[in-house]
Amino acid sequence: MSEISRRKLITTGIAVATGASGLAVGAKLAQRYGLIPPDSGGLYGAGETLTYAAQRLLTRHSMARVFSHSEISKDPFANAVDPPLDDKFNRLQAVGFADWRLTVDGMAARPATFSLAEIKSFPTNTQITLISCEEGWSYVAEWTGAPLSYILDRVGTSPQVRYVVYRSIQPDWWESIDMADALHPQTLIAHRMNGAELPVPFGGPLRLRVPRQLGYKNVKYITRLTLTDSLKPFGKGLGSSAPEGGYAWYAGI
Amino acid sequence: MNATLPMANRDVGRASSPAAATLPAATKRTRHSAMVRVTHWLTTLAFLALLVSGGEIVLSHPRFYWGETGNVNMRPWLNLHLPSSRATVPTGYGYVLPDQNGWSRYLHFQAAWLAVATGLLYVLWGVFHGHFRRNVFPAPSDLSVKELGASMLKHLRFERPSKEEAWSYNVLQRISYLVVIFVLFPLMIWTGLAMSLGFTSAFPLAVRLLGGQQTARSLHFLATILLVLFLVVHVVMVFVAGFRSRMRAMITGRADSPTE
Repeated sequence: MSEISRRKLITTGIAVATGASGLAVGAKLAQRYGLIPPDSGGLYGAGETLTYAAQRLLTRHSMARVFSHSEISKDPFANAVDPPLDDKFNRLQAVGFADWRLTVDGMAARPATFSLAEIKSFPTNTQITLISCEEGWSYVAEWTGAPLSYILDRVGTSPQVRYVVYRSIQPDWWESIDMADALHPQTLIAHRMNGAELPVPFGGPLRLRVPRQLGYKNVKYITRLTLTDSLKPFGKGLGSSAPEGGYAWYAGI
Repeated sequence: MNATLPMANRDVGRASSPAAATLPAATKRTRHSAMVRVTHWLTTLAFLALLVSGGEIVLSHPRFYWGETGNVNMRPWLNLHLPSSRATVPTGYGYVLPDQNGWSRYLHFQAAWLAVATGLLYVLWGVFHGHFRRNVFPAPSDLSVKELGASMLKHLRFERPSKEEAWSYNVLQRISYLVVIFVLFPLMIWTGLAMSLGFTSAFPLAVRLLGGQQTARSLHFLATILLVLFLVVHVVMVFVAGFRSRMRAMITGRADSPTE
């Protein structure tokens, strides 16, 4: 073995060892700081993890862009839900959603069930933000609702809580967000749009509005919030119905 | 026509003598360095994945708008009149394509990471290694109207380049590579990120400077068309110049010696 190739071998060995231990330490740190998404396994796990980790490092506290009144879309598009709303929903709608309930459970210190009237009596936040669908279309609207962070405070959260799982009256739709989004001041349980009651096609009576993520994370007809430290027990353990249908859990891009 | 000959000599790079023909070891020179070959094929892989998945995503809304917002209630500046994978898009076709956006979006962003990482590696290496200075930036003398015109004529006649020319990029090649590397690829990354709600929350100027999220989407699509056009011309030129020798040069690094 010549000098040069031995030197090369040693250098390469050191580089590989450093790289491998660097990766292992990196993975540990990423796990600890919540940079690994629940759908990090599989063929596209690497890209998904890079995207989520990079955006979390850059955007933990950043605010979604806000628009002026004149920029509110005159022709917003509701996007019909699938499957169509059923009889149970229609009965609730017939009485003005007086019996609509939002249950907050899981790792809450004081689990609670709120009526729609109670939700509407909570302090509100109003924002003019863009809602953008993964398909490519979008509109700007003014959204008003109770900040999710206010509701979480009310039921008592703890540092152990890492995700909020939220469900729709439509059992096919359930989602979850990390605490960076759940405690974000722009994340709302919205009940008004453009100065009026939130119309049913746009998610009324209650829609979870998370303006730093795409439309499919902004689930309509919210009935239940669950605070949890792990997404493993929910569904197939991938975090939401989106990855079970082949879509990314994180939708900041 | 020998305008490219001095380039060929400069291109030798590490060979000390300018007259390559006098070097017996000339046949052992590599036409493309290992870094160029590896990054070329990684970029090819990433680009094809981005193209297929991107085309798939467009099918879920094959309409384009200017400004911040756009949806089926608004007038697009461009309607591709393609069938769509969404029943909510009025296409005029009596059927809806199957939804493939899940894996398309996963693949698109994974391939984007590969393209960005490969591109960064290539550009940093190219700057520090003198690759751009030596092999890609055109010589000022080649930028005259006469030289450019001559090169254009040769291309339009699909003239097969001489053996010496196999050792260097010609002036039109250099200009188009520069446009792809330093204009179109950065524009793709910029317009892509400008569509991200997460990214623009941290860097709102990325989308404001472009004039809106839908403008970013439209520019992303237009830049794709230019890149596909480049790909077509690039592959046609590989065939014109000699498919076997050009592929061998980009895979193994070896090329025919000009003396052979």
